[in-house]
Amino acid sequence: MQPFINHTGVVASLDRANVDTDQIIPKQFLKRIERTGFGQFLFFDWRFLPDGSPNPAFELNQPIVAGASVLLARRNFGCGSSREHAPWALADYGFKVVIAPTFADIFFNNCFQNGMVPIRLAEEDVEELFRRARAAEAAGGPYRLHVDLPSCTVSDDAGFSRPFTVDPFRKRCLLEGLDDIALSLQHVDAIAAWEAAHAAPAGE
Amino acid sequence: MSSTPRTLLDKIWDSHVVCTPPGELPLLYIDRHLVHEVTSPQAFEGLRLAGRPVRRPEATFATPDHNIPTTDRRLPIADPISKQQIDTLRNNCREFGVRLFDLGDADQGIVHVIGPELGITQPGMTIVCGDSHTATHGALGALAFGIGTSEVEHVLATQTLRQAKPKSLELRVEGSLHPGVTAKDLVLYLIGRLSTEGGTGHVIEYTGPCIRRLGMEERMTVCNMSIEAGARAGMIAPDQITFDYLRGRDYAPRNFDRAVAEWERFPGDPDAVFDRVEIFQGGDVVPQVTWGTNPAQVVGIDATVPDPTAFGDPNERESGSRALDYMGLRGGTKIVDIPLDRVFIGSCTNSRIEDLRAAASVVRGYRVAPTVHAMVVPGSGRVKRQAEQEGLDRVFRDAGFEWREAGCSMCLGMNPDTLTPGQRCASTSNRNFEGRQGKGGRTHLVSPAMAAAAAVTGHFTDIRHWLYR
Repeated sequence: MQPFINHTGVVASLDRANVDTDQIIPKQFLKRIERTGFGQFLFFDWRFLPDGSPNPAFELNQPIVAGASVLLARRNFGCGSSREHAPWALADYGFKVVIAPTFADIFFNNCFQNGMVPIRLAEEDVEELFRRARAAEAAGGPYRLHVDLPSCTVSDDAGFSRPFTVDPFRKRCLLEGLDDIALSLQHVDAIAAWEAAHAAPAGE
Repeated sequence: MSSTPRTLLDKIWDSHVVCTPPGELPLLYIDRHLVHEVTSPQAFEGLRLAGRPVRRPEATFATPDHNIPTTDRRLPIADPISKQQIDTLRNNCREFGVRLFDLGDADQGIVHVIGPELGITQPGMTIVCGDSHTATHGALGALAFGIGTSEVEHVLATQTLRQAKPKSLELRVEGSLHPGVTAKDLVLYLIGRLSTEGGTGHVIEYTGPCIRRLGMEERMTVCNMSIEAGARAGMIAPDQITFDYLRGRDYAPRNFDRAVAEWERFPGDPDAVFDRVEIFQGGDVVPQVTWGTNPAQVVGIDATVPDPTAFGDPNERESGSRALDYMGLRGGTKIVDIPLDRVFIGSCTNSRIEDLRAAASVVRGYRVAPTVHAMVVPGSGRVKRQAEQEGLDRVFRDAGFEWREAGCSMCLGMNPDTLTPGQRCASTSNRNFEGRQGKGGRTHLVSPAMAAAAAVTGHFTDIRHWLYR
């Protein structure tokens, strides 16, 4: 996994609550057997019109957010299915950070496995970021945010700065780009000892 | 030897922590790993690239379910990409020594139907699967939850998961359900009260007299939809109903009585403390119908479609309005006046034998409305055979239902069973998200009996007034 230390990028705002993983990557694209190539299908049913052309009304299709790598969203982002295809699609499209007031548990965990940082901020801070993004875009430029993982802060160039929390272990894995299976296999003796102690658990 | 009173979750958790290395998340031992074709190919590929074996193939069970056709199994799979995914599962199971209940195997079926049915699922176990409806298995007193594909690979390689311990939420349901009100109505009602994120970060334990009265399959329906309230898992403490259900099943322990003695230690201590408690009355629940695009957007059959502009919360207002727009509905419409094009009876929520019996008893002696296309998709090969032995397939076919082979089918429409744009469906499945059953399709979640009644009348109908023939 690529380490994540810090990142500065254009913000795309998705002003909807309860964005489910069926919307992030619709089921017709789950038949691939690779981890890559899902970005082209991200938000497919919202992003494209029935004739296959980009939907001009959809937030991510606005020219001003071209190349966006920070996604700003509302409550309960990533709810529904456990499909890791959702973070794969977001990462493949170019997103490195997702900011929302709350996330669904499985999606939240899946992000860390893919070098992408999900950041929970208070609802009023997220509201403020939506406001700042709208203002910057109205003034003709994209809105940019800086995310610094060692200090766990998200900030802009106009005085916004907030801390966020990440589990210390997840943080270390992101910073060092660790293969967490290799890390767990360092404890193989403890796993074997557990198995030996439970050699005949109820049910066998 | 007395210590702090513990919940069911505490007991399972404590007995499965392998170690908590300094500065790291605990490693939780996983007893059973269920695998299907859609979320596993990249995990097996990861093992192959790293040269790692599956640590405990005998604790790993696989079946194709999401993607497979539900039509004649003797025919080749028409979609080449689906076929490739199923072939990949076959090859991976062969290469890594995993037991596969393949297409054509008498025990193939939806992974969450066959786990309990074969006795693979047992009380006190930790069970994972790359599927969010894994909470189903919690009905037998297991800690069961959905994981992503990277975690599938982690479990395959290490038989453990990195997990922070979730919080506990007791949902106590007092009283009992009225006639005609089912476990599906109960869980939809609870989700409506909790919201789609009310359970986030928690494992729900369903308790109380109303839950205790539910049969094993009804408990599975309740636990199955825990994720729709955002919960990590749902569980019900094992009792005599659980033990009676498991006795004699293929993978049940050979020394069953000794196992029962073990399992009886798992229910939470009487004075165990939950992080949060919510209390509901079973008698308050009426048959439920969803009107929107998430499962918490739900009302009783005797209600009208709500007017979202009257909602207090701005997020709810916005998502409610968007949902009505997508669903082609207007606030104030009576639920019983909503006409239907399709009816789907199936999915890991409601495709077991008791679900099919309930639906068949409604349909018996009636015909499907001429405006409706209705289908029944049994949850497993065993359920299908059992239903056929009982003549339920005849009841459905005679009424004009299609009778299909086992699979996930139109719950998520990965296979050819989908809605066309604008079609409106009464579905016994678990998600009414936009496009879930097919792009532009409109899904209303209901119980099997309510779906069956809607198939006959062509619109939603209060099952409490049904004239059984």
